[in-house]
Amino acid sequence: MPNHQDRLAALRRSVEELMPDELQGMIEDEDDFALIDVREPEEIRQGALPGAIPLPRGYIDTDAKNLLPDTSRKVVAYCAGGVRSLYAAEQLQALGYSDVSSLAGGFGRWSDQGFEINEGTSFSAGTPASTELPAGVTSIGPEELAAKLDSGLQVVVLDVRDTDQVDAGRIAGSQHIARGFLELKIETAVPAKATELIVLDQDGSRSAAAAASLLAQDYSSVAVLSGGFAAWEAAGKAVDKPFVLSDADRARYARHLNIPEVGPEGQAKMLQSKVLLIGAGGLGCPTALYLAAAGIGTLGILDFDVVDESNLQRQVLHNIDSIGKPKVDSAAEALRKLNPAINIVTHNTRLDSTVVEDIFSGYDVVVDGTDNFPTRYLINDCCVKLGIPNVHGSVYRFDGQVTVFAPTLGGPCYRCLYPEPPPPELAPSCAEAGVLGVLPGIIGTLQAMETIKVVLGIGEPLVGKLLVYDGLKCSFEIKKLFKDPECDYCAAEEFPGFVDYEFFCSNPAVV
Amino acid sequence: MATVRIPTPLRAFTGGADEVTIEGTTIDGVVAELGTAHPDLKARICDAEGKMRRFVNLYKNDEDVRALEGGNTAVSNDDVIAIVPAIAGGLQ
Repeated sequence: MPNHQDRLAALRRSVEELMPDELQGMIEDEDDFALIDVREPEEIRQGALPGAIPLPRGYIDTDAKNLLPDTSRKVVAYCAGGVRSLYAAEQLQALGYSDVSSLAGGFGRWSDQGFEINEGTSFSAGTPASTELPAGVTSIGPEELAAKLDSGLQVVVLDVRDTDQVDAGRIAGSQHIARGFLELKIETAVPAKATELIVLDQDGSRSAAAAASLLAQDYSSVAVLSGGFAAWEAAGKAVDKPFVLSDADRARYARHLNIPEVGPEGQAKMLQSKVLLIGAGGLGCPTALYLAAAGIGTLGILDFDVVDESNLQRQVLHNIDSIGKPKVDSAAEALRKLNPAINIVTHNTRLDSTVVEDIFSGYDVVVDGTDNFPTRYLINDCCVKLGIPNVHGSVYRFDGQVTVFAPTLGGPCYRCLYPEPPPPELAPSCAEAGVLGVLPGIIGTLQAMETIKVVLGIGEPLVGKLLVYDGLKCSFEIKKLFKDPECDYCAAEEFPGFVDYEFFCSNPAVV
Repeated sequence: MATVRIPTPLRAFTGGADEVTIEGTTIDGVVAELGTAHPDLKARICDAEGKMRRFVNLYKNDEDVRALEGGNTAVSNDDVIAIVPAIAGGLQ
């Protein structure tokens, strides 16, 4: 069965690959050849090789003949890493170009070896000629596709347009793989080759070649949407307008966009999400760093304390210049330097029953990085009342715990575990407490990971499970938590009210 | 002899030991024996009537004993009983 790896192996045999220094030599010798950049339009805008003609892979079949009329002229194609350009070479060979090679290692290796890079250019597509459907590919119209989708049939609508076209509007539920990446990514996105695929482009001119390539990769049921997205829109069918990532977002979060579980949709979710961190201390600092870096769009930070020298052993957002400043200000300053594009909201206050609900309302997730029982119970009770998942962490010397309290996701709440806080005389005394500085770093980053999983709805968050970490043994154990069917809070029909428990340490400094 | 894991805040009551081995065929039996061997520890985890305190949970292996049969939960020699109290943070 031909899959991407088989096709790639065959292409490496049939297409000549040039090393960067060979290409540089051809440029210096002023050889007669056309250098074409087959990356996506948004990649070409970021910078290109000198003299390159932009021709994104998806437009080769429609635009190559206009841009490169002489099929006997030598053509060198390059992409980012040297894979897509091999597929591009195959397309060009099929169009009759007799001398096509590919730049090994692509733009990446070229720039790593210090060769010249010019400013990026934009690509504008020509007017496509009408294309014939290749053998084995059928076509359906917008009405028929809408009926198929309404009937709940198992079909995958594959949108192969450019990213900026998809950003402007798409068919709800469609999967986007830009034409240039189709062969590389389709097997991960749609592993079952018998899946019914319906391919669409912008105007129906480019989907046929994409469909043919899918047949060549052994997909057995491939159709195209006639007239493409334009026909769908013209027929008045529903269009989903997603949150649009800017070019700056795409650059900053590039390593997220490559992960199938995140991708542009997931990144957009993160940028639209609101997460509240309780405590800008040992747990809150690492959590905040990673959530801000990951692009959580609104990060609330609540703390009433000021930075003390003894905090610096673990509270990594603060530094010697922030001693004496409110922790929320010190944290916000550090986070804005890390990611100026997100919204940091500071709450310089102690949490009590009079303010908790106002502050929590509007947040999607609350991260509990507090150090004391009165606050911990308020966080739990308010999250239960408002239905907000509560990502909980706690630390003591070398021991840490992480879980996600989320009755709305079927799990228990903190009161299912511990209905009431210990009285002062039975809590660990202030004098014997302490924490190894790295520990909250480990537990706080685990909280950041759980928060992102909850925001994205991926994986298995620690709902109903308690992760227990023993730093001295380096053991991670997971306990199954008991969801109390008679819990006074999460099982109650009526919310019993907030409780302000007594603070019993004179200096309840945040962890 | 079941193994009972002692959490860091309560190790002061077991002479620093992070686990102890205790005779017992049920959770209640293990807790009673634990009380005989370490009376101060038992006072921390149980109230005056011997009931588990509301801020301490016992797990048999990875399950909360409340999800099993509570104090009547059977305990065998290779079971690990973990005491997991509520902990609030570093500088409580």
